[in-house]
Amino acid sequence: MAGINLTIDNKEVTAGEGKTLLEVARENGGNVPVICYHDATTANALCRVCVVEVEGMRVLQPACIVKAAEGMKVQTKSEKVVRSRKTILEMLDSTMDLSEADEIQHMMKDYAVQENRFPDAERRESEVKDDNPMYVRDYSKCLLCWRCVQVCAEDAQYTYAINFEGRGYETQIGTFFDKIIPETSCVLCGQCVGVCPTGALKPKRQFLLEQGVSPNEISVMNTGRKKRKERK
Amino acid sequence: MVANLQANTNRIKADKVVSSTCPYCGVGCTLQLHVKDDFIFKVTSPFDSPVNQGNLCVKGRFGYDFIYHPKRVTTPLARRYLLEGKPKPKGREQVFAVSKDGKPIPDSQISNDWDWVETDWDTALNLVADNLVRIYKRDGSDAMAVYCCAKATNEDNYLLQKMYRALFRTNNVDHCTRLCHAGSVVALQQAVGSSAMSNTASQVIMNDVFIVTGSNTSENHPIIALQMKEAVQKYGAKCIVIDPRRIDLVDMAEMWLPLKPGTNVPVFSAMAHVIVKENLINHEFIAKRTEGYNEFVESLEKFTPEYAQELSGVPAEDIRKAARLYAGAKNGAIYWGMGISQLSHGTASALALIHLAFLTGHIGRDGTGLNPLRGQNNVQGASDMGSMPFHYPGYMRVDNEENRAKWEKAWNIEAGGLSLKLGLTTTEILSHAHEGGVRSLFIMGENPMMSEPNLNVVREHMQELEFLVAQDIFINESGAFADVFLPATPFAEKDGTFSNTDRRVQRVRTAHPPRGLSRPDWQIICDLALRIESRLGVDTAHWTYANPEEILREMGSVNSDYAGITYERIEKVGLIYPVPSLDHPGTPTLFKDDFPRGKGKFHVLDYVPIREEPDDEYPFILTTGRLLEHWHGGTMTRNSALNEAYPEARVEIHPADAEIHGIRNGDPVKVSSRRGEIVVRATVTEKTSIGVVFLPWHFAEAAANLLTNDALDPQAKIPEFKACAVQVFPAREKDLAHPDVVVNRGRY
Repeated sequence: MAGINLTIDNKEVTAGEGKTLLEVARENGGNVPVICYHDATTANALCRVCVVEVEGMRVLQPACIVKAAEGMKVQTKSEKVVRSRKTILEMLDSTMDLSEADEIQHMMKDYAVQENRFPDAERRESEVKDDNPMYVRDYSKCLLCWRCVQVCAEDAQYTYAINFEGRGYETQIGTFFDKIIPETSCVLCGQCVGVCPTGALKPKRQFLLEQGVSPNEISVMNTGRKKRKERK
Repeated sequence: MVANLQANTNRIKADKVVSSTCPYCGVGCTLQLHVKDDFIFKVTSPFDSPVNQGNLCVKGRFGYDFIYHPKRVTTPLARRYLLEGKPKPKGREQVFAVSKDGKPIPDSQISNDWDWVETDWDTALNLVADNLVRIYKRDGSDAMAVYCCAKATNEDNYLLQKMYRALFRTNNVDHCTRLCHAGSVVALQQAVGSSAMSNTASQVIMNDVFIVTGSNTSENHPIIALQMKEAVQKYGAKCIVIDPRRIDLVDMAEMWLPLKPGTNVPVFSAMAHVIVKENLINHEFIAKRTEGYNEFVESLEKFTPEYAQELSGVPAEDIRKAARLYAGAKNGAIYWGMGISQLSHGTASALALIHLAFLTGHIGRDGTGLNPLRGQNNVQGASDMGSMPFHYPGYMRVDNEENRAKWEKAWNIEAGGLSLKLGLTTTEILSHAHEGGVRSLFIMGENPMMSEPNLNVVREHMQELEFLVAQDIFINESGAFADVFLPATPFAEKDGTFSNTDRRVQRVRTAHPPRGLSRPDWQIICDLALRIESRLGVDTAHWTYANPEEILREMGSVNSDYAGITYERIEKVGLIYPVPSLDHPGTPTLFKDDFPRGKGKFHVLDYVPIREEPDDEYPFILTTGRLLEHWHGGTMTRNSALNEAYPEARVEIHPADAEIHGIRNGDPVKVSSRRGEIVVRATVTEKTSIGVVFLPWHFAEAAANLLTNDALDPQAKIPEFKACAVQVFPAREKDLAHPDVVVNRGRY
């Protein structure tokens, strides 16, 4: 069978046509960490934690989108790679609330992340948005992995209710014209909740339970924010 | 100092995660129920699920909270008169404390004999057994009737039909399939000899052209709609929508044919006409696998596209284009919903569609097929389990002596003991509720007081019943008429199986113990059946099962479709029946070599107009349907946060019609037919066509079925929910049931 020959961490491997370095590494037992990547969404190389070093290429390459090519020599845990991943994790840690991102916390331990590496960093704080009966949005915990936007669009739902808003550091996930969720095209399917890696999106019931509201209280309460607009 | 490395201490960790199957629509999505202290706080879905690939809709992901709703009944209830041994009070108006003219009755005039009184299981079940046996001994089999439940498990349904057939020797067994796809079932039985989707929903990505008709798939089968959208956007398929409403799928469709409700037969027949006239037919398929072609072609002569245009309003040229597109496909498929079947000519509508597949040979291969999208989570299974008046489990006719002998053996019944007489259908059971007819009714989980057409008449029938048992989780609009209420458990508190729309049999698992005194349906039925047997003094038909799997095995020992299904085999992934043996892998695509009846049969059809055409007095056609956030009679979703997401019924009216009648968006309007009237807010939208108004039927306070026509299809006995004549006039805010409740949603 014809295949693409390359080396990963000095080991000779054969890859199928069109496979990404992430896929090839996984097929060969390698462990490349990912944050924004999800098997059910289109890889977008946003978080850059999956970077690998490819001989002859000037900068580190995101393994989730770079395709395997003949003769490539790939290092998935060189010093440069490890330092880069560690720095990304430290920057995330300095600017957002990762308290419910289990996988990232494990990664931080694996990469011996230095806590409070950037003490002057401005943290991305945001109020919990509670505007619909089904889920809450806490963008203090959002690392902009884009998965929610992707599943709301072509990766699952074709609803296009949310997208990036703002620029640069101010970038956040939002709705068009900052409408509350029920008034957007949102169908409350919660595909976004299903792929959120950090707990920024959370079912309302879980949120209430964590706030100390008892199951019995939750069962009798009206969970939708009372927002009935005056008509006409 | 940032504390990211310490986990949030408030965080809830699940005690367990239980894999189960969604209790809402026929798609049958895999759910993972995250449970903490016997409370489900989150639902997720595995991304490798073959049915839904990790995607869910609002109902599946968030709509399980009815389980914990304070209105849920978890103690057996009986009317005071029964417990005190008094005679039954006359008239049932008191049940609702509303007199016939709709005015509340003062408390002083209401007999407290009708009060619900909490009781224990022994008392409740003995009351049910005593009364059912009393009526059976007095009036015989024909006085007994039961509604099985398309929401309950296969095991529950199998047992309930067994109880009525084996103990009361009646075939008066039916369920809501009669009200949704009976037209499709009968048509498919006549044309091919089977009655399920021929292909799986996930095969939609293998279509290059597909027709969606009479189905608002995005709202009623949301996950199948995602697969359809994917087929169009990522696989280049072309979608043809044939529907009176401008449904969400129209946005990505190649063509939209907005036909007038009830003109399916001329539109589909005109497409057939074009396919034949332009010689786009599959000669080989027609010769080898069908019969009745020549006669059929003769009957098509009059169905010219121009004739169809005159009746349906669809431009003849569009009919031609659609016909060419479908016939020219490599893999064409048809997906349809209740817009086809819920008509007084529902069977003919479905046959007209089936003909298109026969002419083009788009059936019997992967990525083609005839696919009626079944409504309920287990409507396919309930039908498979024989919850129907003409069939034992496995669609074995009850009027066939061989079939009868098989079940007599399985149920330990003396030879010739089971009834050969065809039973009454859902609609007929109620219309036969009178002296000398049906005297007692057992309702498991259904809600005829919402789901039947012409509810004002249904109410009178319900009042005629001598003894009514409701087995449910809430006292719904129908349970309000009951004499005894048996509290059952919802899907998360029992084990069993559901069979989804594409025939996949999947596990339902207990996430936590039943709340209160409630019990799983199968246990209630077994307990009751034993009490009935002891009163009848008959040999037992076997009612002691250690677990639900034993029930499924008993059924599978006679019904070969399920013979190879064990819980072990469907532990991780469901099997698609027919599964005739323990080593059979299941059958995703049906009819590869032949049809169950041998050859596919063409039927000569005629155009029959809807029973009640609009006129000067009632100028609009009312068509009814469902909403994304709600489920049928609303027993579950109206007792859920889903109700907050969509709290009121709205009537959709076209801007042109609204302007003539001076109706603005959001105005209260009175919608009335010859049978009833309701007041709702109007949504002025181009989603509906001129002359057609749309109402969802989930809302008891504005029940669309007060207006609908109870005319039946002569063969399938399905009512004409999809078309009746109404008038719409402005009303006052204070006439609304809940003037303070306003839906404010931006979704399609």
